[in-house]
Parts: sequence; structure tokens; C-alpha cells
Amino acid sequence: MNQAAAPILELTGVSKRFGAVQALQNVDLQLVAHEVHALVGENGAGKSTLVKILAGIHQPDAGQMKLNGQELVLSGPAAARHLGIAVIHQHPNLFPDLTVAENVFVGRLPRNPLRGVDWGELNRAAERLFADLGVKQSVSVPVRGLSVADQQLVEIAKALSLDARVLVMDEPTASLSSREVERLFTIIRQLRARGVAILFVDHRIEEVFEIADRVSVLRDGRHVITVPIAEVTPADAIRHMVGRRLETLFPKEAATLGEVALEARGLARKGLFSDVSFQVRRGEIVGLAGLIGAGRTEVARVLFGIDHADAGEVLVAGMHADIRSPKDAMRLGIVYVPEDRHQQGLVLDFSIAANVSLPIVQRLSRLLVLDRAQEEGLASDYSKQLQVRATGVDQAASGLSGGNQQKVVIAKWLATKPTILLLDEPTQGVDIGAKAEVHRIISQLAAQGMAIVLISSELPEVLGMADRIVVLHEGRVAAEFGRDEASQERIMAAATGHAPA
Amino acid sequence: MSVRAIDSPTSSALAGRIGLERTLTLVARLREVGILLVLLVVVAIVSIQAPLFFSVSNFEQILLNVSLIAVVAVGQTTVVLTRNVDLSVGSVVGLVAFVTGDLLKEHTLDVPGAIAVGCLLGVGLGAFNGLIIAVARVPAIVATLGTLYVYRGLDFLVAGGKQVSAIDLPRGYLGIASSSVLGVPTLIVAAALIALVAAYLLRNSGVGRELYAIGSNPAAAEVIGIPTQRLIFGAFVVCGLCAGIAGVLWGSRFGSVNALAASGLELQVIAAVVVGGVNIFGGSGTVVGAVLGAILLATIENALRILHLSEFWLLAIDGAVILLAVATDAAIRGYFQRILMRTGRR
Repeated sequence: MNQAAAPILELTGVSKRFGAVQALQNVDLQLVAHEVHALVGENGAGKSTLVKILAGIHQPDAGQMKLNGQELVLSGPAAARHLGIAVIHQHPNLFPDLTVAENVFVGRLPRNPLRGVDWGELNRAAERLFADLGVKQSVSVPVRGLSVADQQLVEIAKALSLDARVLVMDEPTASLSSREVERLFTIIRQLRARGVAILFVDHRIEEVFEIADRVSVLRDGRHVITVPIAEVTPADAIRHMVGRRLETLFPKEAATLGEVALEARGLARKGLFSDVSFQVRRGEIVGLAGLIGAGRTEVARVLFGIDHADAGEVLVAGMHADIRSPKDAMRLGIVYVPEDRHQQGLVLDFSIAANVSLPIVQRLSRLLVLDRAQEEGLASDYSKQLQVRATGVDQAASGLSGGNQQKVVIAKWLATKPTILLLDEPTQGVDIGAKAEVHRIISQLAAQGMAIVLISSELPEVLGMADRIVVLHEGRVAAEFGRDEASQERIMAAATGHAPA
Repeated sequence: MSVRAIDSPTSSALAGRIGLERTLTLVARLREVGILLVLLVVVAIVSIQAPLFFSVSNFEQILLNVSLIAVVAVGQTTVVLTRNVDLSVGSVVGLVAFVTGDLLKEHTLDVPGAIAVGCLLGVGLGAFNGLIIAVARVPAIVATLGTLYVYRGLDFLVAGGKQVSAIDLPRGYLGIASSSVLGVPTLIVAAALIALVAAYLLRNSGVGRELYAIGSNPAAAEVIGIPTQRLIFGAFVVCGLCAGIAGVLWGSRFGSVNALAASGLELQVIAAVVVGGVNIFGGSGTVVGAVLGAILLATIENALRILHLSEFWLLAIDGAVILLAVATDAAIRGYFQRILMRTGRR
């Protein structure tokens, strides 16, 4: 590789803040022609923000970007594309009802003398692009029905047609089979040979070591290190990715573990996860760790009956449980606090009281009519227990802060008197103070004998709270650690598919 | 860390937010009051222009015209709250009206029997809509557009060019519309009772809460284990029942029924619901608002007739009222959302 070559794209001291969250801080990055540059980091390390800045979707708050030595300001995605920076997102953004050729040339369709679309020229041009890539692809079929891998190729063909000099790929292999990954890598190598500078964002360490020439690590929005791939080992890279300080932790209180409350045996859902087995005892917190897309949320959705398993079984208190709907799960004492508060957790128009009572609103009714006094009493009891900061239980949920909204979601489920609690990223988007409170609440609930499954992308949170940690990697259980054997490095190694030493 | 803050606001920023919350709730409650105010303004202006307008008998006339629409609007509101719509209500009213009238004309059934059959027919037609939407998962706007034509077609099939006239109908049946309870026409009393019961249940029952939740956040409703599809089915059955009741009363009110009865009623009903502040995307609005919307539209129509304005103005003003109502809602909602964003953390 030409180490000395001047970078095509250069970022210096780039920062970006969203509200209270510093997503990127003072990040440097240089992309060089003829080079595949890998960008790795944990969930939330700032990879996506960086990609979006390069795509022109976000504008940096501070710092400088240079393209071929010239100052670069991207006013929007169109500007980035125009300047030869092509971004291929994890889920391709194509028009499913248009043909492959139309998608490649959308917005720039060749015209015939009558100002109509020159279909012949359009299809010929698209065919040339795919032939260049060495891929057989009919260009006159609609994109709907193509596999994700094929859709990515359409995006790559589009980038080529735009003469892109910088190609940014955001976790392109996340939903590809191993054969498709091989084909993609062949194409990436081909593009590299042509002189394209490629930024390859990924979290599969093995893949990074297969394809990249150089690797940069982000952690908590900061640039940690950039090194030629030959000079690091996978273990080094992982150590750089983790290593977050553990001081903000709220450790779990000691609780006596009871009998097994929930057991998953060989659970599988096609294309998402398979052979997932674990047990949770009363009073125990089991952490489900893994990277985004590893199948953690999908497992929780099956346990709660929103989705259905293709194989395996769930046992509740040692008995086979037939969970076909959330109603069934709730009857068995299982509740699920979803990842996305706004989309699945709360009815924002409703008051705190109405949100808390919603799952049991029928039980609070006599002869159809809701007992408002009972509802209000219940809501204010839980609000007090969880220390919800609000003017009163009649305040609308939309006006609460993130942490307080999360407490209302938890209160809502506690009102159903559950025995098994599935928590999906319970402190995401919650400020530090409220985070500690949520941790305290979870710990208390475990101490009261509840069995808790805690899904979290924050390793310190999992390490601090969980008695046992089950690590998922690409839909399979990659490792299981007791509290004493777990470390950030070991979890991350298992989560990135790097076999533990 | 400060201790529990329920009932004890801690900072001035929080206090400001609280004031805002109160205002927001107030505005939501005031939506009905707003329509009432517009109504009063219309009444005042028209009364000055045309003294004829301001009389008990004229108001009674307006309310009589509104009563059947109001009953249908109650059912429509229930459906719209769940993020659905029922375009077939006009056809249901028409079909039920003709079948009821025909049963009475042919002396197949006595008055209570014919009324019961009419209501059950409405329930059945609503249930059929509900099945297509909740079980086959066809979008409501398409499904009920289909049944709008199917039910009207059935109406033509049953009627076969015939017509039911007042002389064919028993006095006991026609008497429903002309009788009164404590000086108030029975139709108005019936419509008011239905609306009040529905308003009370939507506001104070568990099922009502769940209907609002479905419209407000379907994903959350599903996760909570609310039987979403079953409730949507139920909402269409209620809507069918309301249309059935209106259909049963139709012949009594108008004396004659043919296969075209209540054509286009669905649009009047949806207009009333929207003007009444029910969010067409579900989740918010009240039956009281919808009924007030119906009264407002009927009052304007009546006023324009008394002022001898042409049909063109009638339609144009109806349209303007709908657009104005929706624009006001959007403006108020947007305004408060912006303030909330500025003061709130998220």
C-alpha cells in the first residue's frame, strides 16, 4: 500500500453533540486511495454518527473536513454524493418498485430526444456497470425481492456510476451469508485496486482482519488509535474497544437465588437466532450481552409472545409454557420493557396514571366503568416507589424526561405483579443520575425475588448488574460467564465472534 | 439527589413546564368549548340578519336534522379513534331504513320486531366490515369503500324499484319521530342519550381507554397485550349498530324510503367528526366534540338557507369550516409541541 500517499478525505478534530450526548469528540480520520480502512467500536461508540457526517446527513459541530486538501462542507446527502463520497448504509435505501437500472440512475435517467426516458441506454449503462463489477444481475427486474446482498450491489453500482472516490460502508456484512460476504470482499478488493478509498465500518473482528489494511478504533465518541492491520492482533483491537471506566456503576445488591423461574431451551427463530438456551433464577439478574443485531431483542420478543419461536421451548417455573401472545406471557408473570420507549412503551398522549393502569385497565373496571380512585392510588404508589419526578400522576407522559418516562414504563409493568422481568436497554438515552436510579430499582426488584433478564449494550452496566452473563453472537450463545469470570474483554471477544482464548 | 418530587416541583424550569402541561390539557378540553363558541357566534350573526332564525321551532328543526347524523357520528368516532374509518355508514343506514320500512309495509313484523331486526342488520353489516378489516387485515378505507357499494347494491336489490311511503307505514312507527318526551322531540332525546352513554363509556371504561391507546400508539398497545384486532372489530360492530339505529329511525323521520336513502351521508358524518376535533389519525377526540361538530355544520346549513344563499355557498362554507377546523387543530398542536421541545429535555 502506498503509505505516503496524501489522504483523499481527511477529518481533523470532528465533534458532534446530540442534546446531552457527546456522540463524537475530537475525532481524526484519514482515508487514503487504494486502501480499506476499517472503523470498529462498541455499540454507541460513535461509528454511525461518523458515517452520517460523511454522508452529509449530520453536520459536525466542530472540526474540519478536507477532500483532496480542500476544505469540505457537506450541506446534505446530495452534496456528499456530488463530491464523490458514496455511503452504503446497512439497510440499502432503494425504491423497491423501480427496476435495478432505474435505481442505479435515479434522478439522472438518460433522456431521448423527446425528453422521455431512454430505456435502451439506461439498461445498457446499468449492464456495463454490473459487468465491470463482474456480477451477473438482470437490470430490468424490480428491486423488490432482491436479497440484501444484491441490493448492496445495486448501491455499489450506483456509487460507481457517480464516480465515487470515497466509499463508506456501514456494517455491510451484517445480514449477509458467508458466501455473499466473500463476493462482497472480492468486489471491495477490486474497488481498492481501482484506487477507491474505502471506509469499512464493522464489528466483526475476524472480517476486519481479513479485508482491512488499516484499522481505527472509536470508544465513547473518541478516536483511540489508528494502526496498520499488520501491527495489531484481534485481542489488541478488542482491548482498545472496551476499557471503559467502571466508576458510575450501581452494583447489584446481594440476593438469595431461588428456583429457576424462566428457562429457554434451544429456542430458534429462522434467520434471527438459533439454539438459544439459558436459565434465570428468582432473584437473579441474567445479562444478555452482544452487539446490535446479535439477536438479543429478538429472543426477548419471543419470550414475551410478540414473535413466535420456530423451535425450542420456554419453561416457566419448570413447566412447559405455551406463549402465543403478550397476554399469555403476562398471565405467566412475564413482562417486557421494550427498547424503544416512544414506539412501544408509552402512550405519550396519556397521563402517567393512564399509562400505568393500561395493562390492567380491565381489571380495574367494575361493570365497564373504570375505578379512577383505585387507578390513581395505584399509579401514585408506584410513582413514589420508583421516584417518578412529575407534577402528579395526571401529568401527560409526553412532558417527562427520558429517565422518568422509563420509570413510568417500569411502573406500568410492576402494576401487573410480574415474576419475570425482561428489560431491553433500560437506560438507553437516560441521563447519568436517572441511570443510577434505574439500576437501583432493578436491583431492588431482584432482591424482592423477581427473575430479571437484562439486555444491555453497555458492558459496565451488564458487568455491574448481572449475576450471570450470556453473550450472543449472530443469533447463537457464544459464551456464558459467571459474575466473577466476566470481564469487558472476554465479553467483547465473544460478542465479536473472536473465540475466547 | 432530591427526594421524590411528585407533588413538589423542584425547579422553576419544572414549574414552567407544569404550567404548560396544564395549558395543554386545558386546550384539549377546550376543543369542545371552541366549537361551542363558533356556534354561538354563527347563531348571533345570523339572528341579527334574519330574526326568523332565532326561534325555538327553528332550533328544534336543526336538532331534528342533526339527530340521525349525530347517532351515526357516535359510531364513526369510535372507529376513527382506532385509526380506522367507516365509509359504508350511509349505505348501512339506507339498507336498514328500507328493510325496516318494507317489513312494516308488508306487515311481516310488528313495530318492535321490525326495529329489532333493523338494529341487528346494522350489527351484522358492521361485523362484516370488522371481519374484513380485523381478520383479513384489509385497510379500512378500502374495505368500507367496497362495502359502501356492496351494501347500496343490496339496497337496490331488495327495493327493486319500489318505495316505502308514509301511507304504507303504521302510525305507531311514524309516531316515534313526531312524539316528544317532556316537550322535547323523542328523536333528539334518543340521540342525546346514545351520545351521552357513548361519551361516558369511552371516557370512563377500560375498553374506552384501550380504544384510545390503540389509536394513539398501536405498537405499544400490542406490546401491552391489548387485543387490538378484537377491539377494532368491536368498534366496527358498534359503528354498524349506530348506523342501524339511525336507519331504523330514518323512515319514521322522513316518511318515505327508497333505495337512494342516506346516499352520501358518510361524508356528512366524517365532516362532523373531523370538525368536532376527532383526530383522523386516531387516538384523540370525543363523541361530544363530534356531535357538536354535527350541530355546527347543520346550523350553518340552516342559516344559509334562511339567508337564501345559493347551494354553491352552502358547500363552499361547509368545506371552509372543515379546513379551518383541521388547520386550527394542526396550528395549536404544532405551537405547543414547539414550546414543549424548547423547554423539555427531549
